[in-house]
Amino acid sequence: MYIEIINEEFDPWQKLVEYKRAQLKDKTNIGACSVFLGTMRDINSGDEIKSMELQHYPDMTELYLEKIVENATKKFKIIDSIVLHRVGLVSPSDPIVLVATWSEHRQDAFDATREIMESLKSEAPFWKKESTDKGFRWVEPEQENSEDMNETQ
Amino acid sequence: MIIVVKYFASISDAVGKTSEKLTFQQKKTAGEVWSDVSKDIKYNGKIMIAVNHEYVSENHSLNDNDEIAFFPPVTGG
Repeated sequence: MYIEIINEEFDPWQKLVEYKRAQLKDKTNIGACSVFLGTMRDINSGDEIKSMELQHYPDMTELYLEKIVENATKKFKIIDSIVLHRVGLVSPSDPIVLVATWSEHRQDAFDATREIMESLKSEAPFWKKESTDKGFRWVEPEQENSEDMNETQ
Repeated sequence: MIIVVKYFASISDAVGKTSEKLTFQQKKTAGEVWSDVSKDIKYNGKIMIAVNHEYVSENHSLNDNDEIAFFPPVTGG
């Protein structure tokens, strides 16, 4: 399991390749990898979003991400997993969150990745503040859910 | 009883600070602390409460040196 809160722009694919090379090269029982990448949209609730500030609660965030991943690992047959999450100032199309899980069979990886993402969105203490032409506003969970349950902000 | 109070996101904006240290003469629940610190602010949204980095209910009883945090529903991901 690897969890990281990142306070600068990052390349999720490079991170994924580096982790796989460093930690998973000997795990030859892996038969599936499921990856979710959430990126910043430039529109929300009908308004153009220029940028976004991602705030978090240090220590509690890491604690809950660990709990979430541990729960998913117990529930599904997960060999390893990685969760990366941005904080700080984010621009449209920037990566926000990467969740990847590895398993023997695809269903466990699919299910674990989805469960980690859904739990992260409702439990991990992150908050988004959007910058629009009308000023700054905090994102409400209902705003996101009513538009699209499966896509990230 | 001394506790550290932390505020995040829209609640931090409403309170006008990110943290403070409070002293109480008697035991308090998390909900009672929220009533105290929110009595002069405009915030009508939902709150979530954590004590020592774990989610708790308003009935949770606080201990000396606890860290309590108040924040709106989370929006990560």
